[in-house]
Amino acid sequence: MTTLKELSHREERFTGGHRLCAGCGAAIVARQVLLAADGPVVIGNATGCLEVATTLYPYSSWKVPWIHNAFENVAATISGVETAYRVFKQQGKLAKDFHFVAFGGDGGTYDIGLQALSGALERGHKMLYVCYDNQAYMNTGIQRSGATPKGASTTTAPHGKLIPGKIQRRKDLTAIVAAHHIPYAAQAAPHAFMDLVRKVEKALAADGPSFINVLSPCHRGWRHAPEETLEVTRIAANTCFWPLYEIVDDQWKLTYKPRKKLPVEDWLKFQGRFKHLFDDGGHPKLVAEIQADVDRDWEDLLIRCGELPPRECRDEKAKE
Amino acid sequence: MGKTPVRQIKMPLTGNDASAFAMKQVNPDVVAAYPITPQTELMQTFAQYVADGDVDTALITVESEHSAMSACIGAAAAGARTMTATSANGFALMWEVLYIAASLRLPITMAVVNRALSGPINIHCDHSDSMGGRDAGWIQIYAENPQEAYDLWLIGIKAAENHDVLLPAMVMYDGFIISHTMEVVETLTEDVIRDYIGPYKPAYALLLDEKPFTVGPLDFHDYYFEHKRQELEGMEQAPAALAAAAAEYEKLSGRRYGPVETYRADDADVIMVALGSTAGTARYVVDVLREQGKSVGLMKLRTFRPFPHREVADALGKTKCVVVCDRVASFGAFGSPTFMEVRSALYEVPDRPLAINYIYGLGGRDTGPDLLEQAFEEGLRVAQTGKIEQHVGYLGVR
Repeated sequence: MTTLKELSHREERFTGGHRLCAGCGAAIVARQVLLAADGPVVIGNATGCLEVATTLYPYSSWKVPWIHNAFENVAATISGVETAYRVFKQQGKLAKDFHFVAFGGDGGTYDIGLQALSGALERGHKMLYVCYDNQAYMNTGIQRSGATPKGASTTTAPHGKLIPGKIQRRKDLTAIVAAHHIPYAAQAAPHAFMDLVRKVEKALAADGPSFINVLSPCHRGWRHAPEETLEVTRIAANTCFWPLYEIVDDQWKLTYKPRKKLPVEDWLKFQGRFKHLFDDGGHPKLVAEIQADVDRDWEDLLIRCGELPPRECRDEKAKE
Repeated sequence: MGKTPVRQIKMPLTGNDASAFAMKQVNPDVVAAYPITPQTELMQTFAQYVADGDVDTALITVESEHSAMSACIGAAAAGARTMTATSANGFALMWEVLYIAASLRLPITMAVVNRALSGPINIHCDHSDSMGGRDAGWIQIYAENPQEAYDLWLIGIKAAENHDVLLPAMVMYDGFIISHTMEVVETLTEDVIRDYIGPYKPAYALLLDEKPFTVGPLDFHDYYFEHKRQELEGMEQAPAALAAAAAEYEKLSGRRYGPVETYRADDADVIMVALGSTAGTARYVVDVLREQGKSVGLMKLRTFRPFPHREVADALGKTKCVVVCDRVASFGAFGSPTFMEVRSALYEVPDRPLAINYIYGLGGRDTGPDLLEQAFEEGLRVAQTGKIEQHVGYLGVR
């Protein structure tokens, strides 16, 4: 397991000078992932903040081979690169060993890119897909996505006099990915950076596809101060809104359990995109729903991870 | 045909068989494909070659055509020789990525088994699919029969990979009519093909180049136009590359493939223009009408992109009436694509001929000799009277 000191000696292959906002979660994630990926790597990048802000012709922040194709197809594109790699290895044309990492935002992953991701996972390409989840189509102006949490205000599902923002639950993409039975999947956040590094290492060592869903705050869309990015993800983990866990060969394992589970209000009140849930009487029922969702999902996760017995068993025990 | 310098083997092959066999002999590094009628047998035949170890190709059985072309781009950008095939709505689904492939200057080659675009849904032949991609930056060549389906793909690869061109190429052949029809095809041997297309020398390769680089960056208004101009220049070089590739192929096979092919057109009062299998029917009708003393001929259009405007002007310039047959409609346009482009090519020809357009065969509507005869007769009437009654007509619609 690489130490922080070892990481600090590695070459920065994601350079500064890009146009991502100060405090952007995606930038932090990209840099951490690239530091953790020891050795030659080819990066695929879906259209989105990370891609547009780091490769404005004639400049590029990437000191590694990097390809952008379109919005919904980074998983398919990297499938092609990875396949060419296997062919070249077979032909004896290539001495170097490469890692393959695809970056996609929640837009290019949960929604428009879901098909390509699913196909790539099912075909078993040896690639790591990192979703930097900022919970909306941020690059095009904070529009709602399948990853936008219930109650959040976005520009295409704004809170108004009639509707309080997004009324649907967000997708549980990590569980969807896990259902493909790939050797490694995980959920991570940049405040727990050594956990993320460890997960990247495990993912790249897996003999097949791997996936890491990383919560990546966008302070423009989430409405918090740029310097609060890591604080926000810490609260997300401590309210159990964004649990940190991994699935290794179909075995679910928690990698972080908060000492004290905080109320989801702490997460919601930190960000302006949820402000309407509390101002002028707010939407207490919706807030209660959000808390209930978090509680149930957290309990389900604890059961899956073997930290709690299944509900039926507990109910029976209670009846005894 | 006269004696040829290389040994060729006659094989009974459908259009799909012939294409799959060509792919087998090329033995590309990567194929990413998704099945769709009537391309399916092509892909299945190739998949069997893969399963039997008859090729070294890695076949990616992707989950959609959009992913097929996307994976092809990834593989080609990595430095692999890459091929694929599709039809109709599969083609339409990958439409977005076709443009990207061309802009990235990746010489991916693809067989398009012509089938009508939905809607309504229809599995039979017309040219609405490939015609819909005519502005994507791909070389477009139409094969008339299984022999051409085989030969033209090989020529297409060589032209596409030419470093003055570096554009993807698609070879079309009519769905069911050619894809499922068996004819005797003369095939070259693998060693000859390997020599002809040569080892793949990519202009750039993510996996093989020493220095890392960025593919597909954001390109604003300060640079985009120049990059597209460069891409356009690649297409400007395509006619020469195609001619060179075809000339070399002729030396090997004895078969000549120019961008157009005329038949009894030199002194004809009326020349029909057709693409694909209909050219075969037209050739037969030309002979029938010539027997009757009628002055008719045919110009088969083989290369649609780049459009061979000089060759078209040369072939058609001296006739009285051109009858352009299009197996596609362009809604709201003054005629269909081939009509518009032929007419444009003739615009500056002194004493240019009159031109009429027939839309035919949509959704696989059978277009036999009688219908083409009708078209020729109207052409003769126009040639004689000098009067066009209707610029755009329909052949065979009830």
